Amino acid sequence: MSAAELRAFLHGLPGVDQVGAEERAARLATRSIKTSAKAQAIDLAISMVDLTTLEGADTPGKVRALCAKGVQPDPGDSEVPRVAAICVYPDMVGVAVEALKGTGVGVASVATAFPSGRAPMEAKLADTRAAVEAGATEIDMVIDRGAFLAGDYLKVHEEIVATKDACGDAHLKVIFETGELVTYDNVRRASWLAMRAGADFIKTSTGKVSPAATLPVTLVMLEAVRDFRAETGRQVGVKPAGGIRTTKDAIKYLVLVNETAGPDWLTPQWFRLGASSLLNDLLMQRRKLATGVYSGPDYFTLD
Amino acid sequence: MDFQYAPAPESRDVVDIRPSYGLFIDGEFTDGHGEPFKSIDPSNEETLAEIACADAADVDRAVKAARTAYDKVWGPMPGRERAKYLYRIARIVQERARELAVLESIDIGKPIRESRDVDVPLVAAHFFYYAGWADKLAYGGFGSDPRPLGVAGQVIPWNFPLLMLAWKIAPALACGNTVVLKPAETTPLTALAFAEICRQADLPPGVVNIVTGAGDTGRLLVGHDGIDKVAFTGSTDVGKQIARGVAGTSKKVTLELGGKAANVIFDDAPLDQAVEGIVNGIFFNQGHVCCAGSRLLVQESVAEELMARLKTRMATLRVGDPLDKNTDIGAINSAEQLQKIRMLSEVGEQEGAQRWSPPCELPQRGFWFAPTVFTSVAQSHRIAREEIFGPVLSVLTFRTPAEAVEKANNTPYGLSAGVWTEKGSRILWMAERLRAGVVWANTFNKFDPASPFGGYKESGYGREGGRHGLEAYLDV
Repeated sequence: MSAAELRAFLHGLPGVDQVGAEERAARLATRSIKTSAKAQAIDLAISMVDLTTLEGADTPGKVRALCAKGVQPDPGDSEVPRVAAICVYPDMVGVAVEALKGTGVGVASVATAFPSGRAPMEAKLADTRAAVEAGATEIDMVIDRGAFLAGDYLKVHEEIVATKDACGDAHLKVIFETGELVTYDNVRRASWLAMRAGADFIKTSTGKVSPAATLPVTLVMLEAVRDFRAETGRQVGVKPAGGIRTTKDAIKYLVLVNETAGPDWLTPQWFRLGASSLLNDLLMQRRKLATGVYSGPDYFTLD
Repeated sequence: MDFQYAPAPESRDVVDIRPSYGLFIDGEFTDGHGEPFKSIDPSNEETLAEIACADAADVDRAVKAARTAYDKVWGPMPGRERAKYLYRIARIVQERARELAVLESIDIGKPIRESRDVDVPLVAAHFFYYAGWADKLAYGGFGSDPRPLGVAGQVIPWNFPLLMLAWKIAPALACGNTVVLKPAETTPLTALAFAEICRQADLPPGVVNIVTGAGDTGRLLVGHDGIDKVAFTGSTDVGKQIARGVAGTSKKVTLELGGKAANVIFDDAPLDQAVEGIVNGIFFNQGHVCCAGSRLLVQESVAEELMARLKTRMATLRVGDPLDKNTDIGAINSAEQLQKIRMLSEVGEQEGAQRWSPPCELPQRGFWFAPTVFTSVAQSHRIAREEIFGPVLSVLTFRTPAEAVEKANNTPYGLSAGVWTEKGSRILWMAERLRAGVVWANTFNKFDPASPFGGYKESGYGREGGRHGLEAYLDV
């Protein structure tokens, strides 16, 4: 496909009306999820968390601690599901793989010169291969936002294809950094671009740019995966990341999934929440629902 | 994974419905002398309260009280003093918002999400807005010292009882008129709660009078010699009777009547938002909306894709208990209205249009109708011409912008219209040509007290809302 054809396709997608998309997301956020539905939602949300640490100060000790938390989020309650994956930088993948062996929790690694993506393509691919060789089961790549905003969609497409190839069997999540793409039209175009290039997941943000995940951005992405499956038969997952801190937030995302893409996406295989502090709030609300009283923050582990 | 929302009902405990209600005349609740009637909860057909019915003598008493209040208190009062009462009413509405929302949902059957997020906030907004005008009438463009008309007789419908009350009472009072208002027979409860709010706000007796009853009471009110102004919102048939009745008198009239609005979707529309707009246009308040987007005009080149999206979306609509916070579509207001919706839907099938509803389980008791869409509808079908006033959408197609305008305008009504396109110039081109009082672009059913609302042709005359809404209550 030529650059012109790709551009024509992406610009031929139906536009997104900003006011309408935000209104729809806000209205779905008024759904009242109580009692049994809330309990179900909390456990589902926990099982969808990609528990993340992406700091310059990350150490093997910090990563091991996070892995332990992901496997057993609440030491006082073995019924609490484990999280979906632990998300780390490529050089920490080996530590996480070791710590998570046999637990069923995946190891996700950011790659391709995360978070800015401003590196030579060879470096990005080397970054990816290193993470995969160290045992990462999922790769979270960033797109070249500069190329996207300059209209060079083909470059973005080719980078995703090359990274997908470097992933081998590992699942590829493509991060758009929607806070830098800004418009919902861009989010929709980026979604189709990534899905056509072979993305297994599309992801909102790195967490390093504000705004990170928002409900309307996620709504637009959920519409895209829904339409893409209808057209091609292939299902693609969605991962909002960054800024999701409370149980209330997480439940709003689940409602959004349920009423936009549909219940087929309501599993950790097809929907993830990229977060770190969210997990403890989910645990706190879970215990409140079970016991009727709030436990203080010291009853949940800080990792 | 199957994610079922557990019931999330809003508590009924915040409302205190009395077994019976009287008329509100001259600041007091008094007995009516007509045959009392019952107001029922349309979601389960249980009786809510017995309501007094005003006879000729009662209406006369109410009009006289309004006249006295106009002559002695409200008419002479400076605008800045009237404004204080209106601001006070607006604040009390906000303070009692939850109670009013629950009461409205119980009496009408509309989802609590709508009464809580749309009706009641708009009611407060209208009183705030017109409170602001009360001492600035000289700057409204109606002369340096515009005078009120006197006593207004106002008759409102059952679809937005409290909001229509606000649309009528707020501008009337701001301009210095006093009012006698008759709420609809099936939905009097929030108007009677409003009477309590008037007392709570220390509004002088007689400024607002509320007489309950059926069509007879309404006829007595608009035909009464003591009123200077008739304001009516309701059906076109009754509107015509009123217009005939007041012909040759000095009464000023505004009528806001029926509609069969075209919602026009071009092939370059933002389709996902257009689908939301279609849903909001026709299923908002069970379609009991005079400006509902009941005729969907879709450009033929996107009709198939749009209909597929619309049907997927309709399958997610949650029909049921109006007080459940997750309900999207509540109960039909009355057995009579349900009968009419059923009848016209059957006509639609007989005329050859294709009927579709998503699978949805309706409650056994009460008045319910599944969200319904008719495709392959022609201009010559009755369901494309007549106002159904229910959750029933008729879909027609067009080929060119000119054809869209022609079909949109080819109706005796002209209350509202919608245009969906990403092309700004086309929005303006359409808005110039559509003969409708309101044209929404890339949205639908949006209301604001600062924006005038009213009809062309058989949708009525006069405007409510905004600066324009003052004219109906001033002697200009």
